[in-house]
Amino acid sequence: MTHIRRGYLTAAVIGALWTVVIATSVAITMSFATGDAFRPSVLQALVMGAALGMVLLRVPQRGFAMAAAVALFALTLGAGFGPMLTDGVGPVALGIAALLAGLGTGWSLHVMFAEIRPGTLTRHEFEDAVIRFLTGFGYIFFTAIVAIPFYVMVMTSLKNQQQLVANPLDFSLDLTQGWGLFRSYYELFASYNFGTYMVNSLFISVMTVAITLLFSVPGAYAVARLRFKGQAVFSRSILLIYMVPIIVLALPIYIGFSMTGLRNTIFGILLIYPVTTIPVALYMLQGYFRGLPQEVEEAGLMDGLNRLQVIWKITLPLALPALASVSLYVFMIAWNEFLLAFMLLDDPSKFTLTRGIASLNSSEIPRQHLMAGAVVATVPIMALFLGLERFMTKGLTAGSVKG
Amino acid sequence: MSAVPPNGTTPLARREARLAWGLLAPTLVSVALVVVLPLLAIFWISFKPIGLADLRPPAPILRESVRGAGDDLRVEYRLRNSSQDIEVTGVTLSDTLPEGVALRGDLPAPCTLSGRDLTCPIGTIEGGYNERIIIPLVAEDADRTEELAESSLPTVSGQSDSILTNTTFTLDNFARIFDGDEFWGVFGVTLFYTVFGTIGALSVGLFAALLLNKSFRGQGILRGLYLFPYVAPIIAVAFSWLILFDPFSGSANALLIQMGVTNGAINFFGERPLALIMVTVFEIWRYFPLSFLFILARMQAIDTDMYEAADMDGASPFQKFWYLSLPQLLGILSVLFLLRFIWTFNKFDDIFLLTGGNAGTRTLTVNVYEQAFAVSNIGAGAAVAVVIFLCLLSFSVFFFKFMSREDGL
Repeated sequence: MTHIRRGYLTAAVIGALWTVVIATSVAITMSFATGDAFRPSVLQALVMGAALGMVLLRVPQRGFAMAAAVALFALTLGAGFGPMLTDGVGPVALGIAALLAGLGTGWSLHVMFAEIRPGTLTRHEFEDAVIRFLTGFGYIFFTAIVAIPFYVMVMTSLKNQQQLVANPLDFSLDLTQGWGLFRSYYELFASYNFGTYMVNSLFISVMTVAITLLFSVPGAYAVARLRFKGQAVFSRSILLIYMVPIIVLALPIYIGFSMTGLRNTIFGILLIYPVTTIPVALYMLQGYFRGLPQEVEEAGLMDGLNRLQVIWKITLPLALPALASVSLYVFMIAWNEFLLAFMLLDDPSKFTLTRGIASLNSSEIPRQHLMAGAVVATVPIMALFLGLERFMTKGLTAGSVKG
Repeated sequence: MSAVPPNGTTPLARREARLAWGLLAPTLVSVALVVVLPLLAIFWISFKPIGLADLRPPAPILRESVRGAGDDLRVEYRLRNSSQDIEVTGVTLSDTLPEGVALRGDLPAPCTLSGRDLTCPIGTIEGGYNERIIIPLVAEDADRTEELAESSLPTVSGQSDSILTNTTFTLDNFARIFDGDEFWGVFGVTLFYTVFGTIGALSVGLFAALLLNKSFRGQGILRGLYLFPYVAPIIAVAFSWLILFDPFSGSANALLIQMGVTNGAINFFGERPLALIMVTVFEIWRYFPLSFLFILARMQAIDTDMYEAADMDGASPFQKFWYLSLPQLLGILSVLFLLRFIWTFNKFDDIFLLTGGNAGTRTLTVNVYEQAFAVSNIGAGAAVAVVIFLCLLSFSVFFFKFMSREDGL
């Protein structure tokens, strides 16, 4: 192992790989932002990155590292060879690309090389540099894979058909049209009834949360606090419900609803949705109830409250944070639910948002409308999620299984 | 009196148990109705030769019309069987004649008139039955003929043998789904999707958790961002992927061509091994946040003393990960693996939305839908559902053994 743990070799390899990473990500970013032809050249990026790495190992000052990298990218971009190749790109975009890539490469290589120096490295120093490289790569990789689909979703919804076909990569916005950018959204609400779908979705989700809490709070309290035969089995087996796939249930439910006339009714949907969420809500709540101090409840009992009063006046107020988590989680499940709505609802006036978006998926409806619908369904749940991230994360971890 | 604790059958304990079952009753009843009942139903249906069209039981259908005028005035009842091959028994037609009309001539065969009430006990009608029953009438007032048809609606009753409730059973559905190579093809696709989807989501989640297991500015924002794929509605992200990877005007193809990776457009979700790989990648992308969240929560609970001790002993970062973190995470990783395995096995929406089960991506769950609604054979769909359920039952036994040992969640 020691012969590959030489300072120069490590610096060269990391420099080469990192330059490829940066060249690729900047090329993709610039392509997606401007629609111009940027592409990385892996071979040249490897060679020049290796050279840059060795130079930066020699002169480790941060200012120098950034200046050297920016200079390298600016020169090669201007000259038409090197880590990034372009085709008919304006000088402004070239400048921005060189600056982005140069600063990204120089600054991060400086950080990665903090522990290494020329000569043989200890295992600790070597692995540290490798980990810094992997960390940097990880941040770029995850941010890219998460952000790109959502970026495409939002940007597509703001464009029109001709723009989309002309250059699928060009996501730059023509800001001069002002509110005209949002015409897909306007059309969804004006001629595709998305207002109704949204109201339906909201009503169904809120009702699902209410019914779920109504059923699961007493159940969770019983499992957490009261002694009865089968309590231990119960608290475990409640999760078994989640092993049953929805599609297996959906088929008989479809048959039963067709025969009883419950298909195509919001009432029918409200009969099913809460049951898919009650078990997980019960499981989450009973865990939380167990953590509450029992003495407070016993004091209440001593003072003459009965059990139901204890739940209402003592346990529930103490469990408010847990109730918030559970409510958010259940709301998310109900809002995002697709399969049952798709199978059970055919009447456009009863559609939920997810069912409404599915009905937009046809060749006659332009796809910026489809993406605008996707944005309309995504934004409320994201806003809730970001606003109440603390509760949501807790809810997701405690809810544990639902996928 | 010896000092033994009460053995749990005191009146107080009994009252507590009663209250507990009372509080649990709503949950138990609803779960029984929506989960257990359909499960029993699916077993029943899987042994029935039933198609989508059989969901409506055969019934007699009646249309009334007033024909002719004056001497030729008559009411025609057109009676037919809604089914082409199943008979309906005990068919009885009844109607009330309005005031001011009288019978002209004889009633047709089985009909009788008492007062104004007309009854025709027709009996059994065969499949495909379609006949007219003509009642000749004379009206006192010609203008009232219109009223004739509207004054009272005729009713018809009859029983039929619904295929859902009779005692005809068959093994055809199972024979059909196990017939040929198709089933094993579907099973193989399901296994590939499940195994690689689960392992992929776990490893990517582990990588993401390692990245975020340190505090720095923006850590909260990144954590929120990395959860997006899981929190967004499935339909929104599935369509975004479809548009991103569209073979004709997708950005991914444009990017790949521009970078010189490929010459022609790639049909990501429409070509045979590629489509399966893409849906598996989608599965990993959508569910890595869940594994990441759990692994991160477990990592932050690991005692830091251990790492300090390891630092004193000169352990390198990779050694610390391999010999300290990983063994600590093994419990949560195995629980997550089992849960995700079962859940991926159950997954339907993702593949249904991305490929509809085409191009070699049909899993067992998609096959349920395909058989029941595309081929219109509900019985065969139910049979696939039974196979899925039996697979899950065996996973669950395994899962419970682990769960009781790990108790990680």
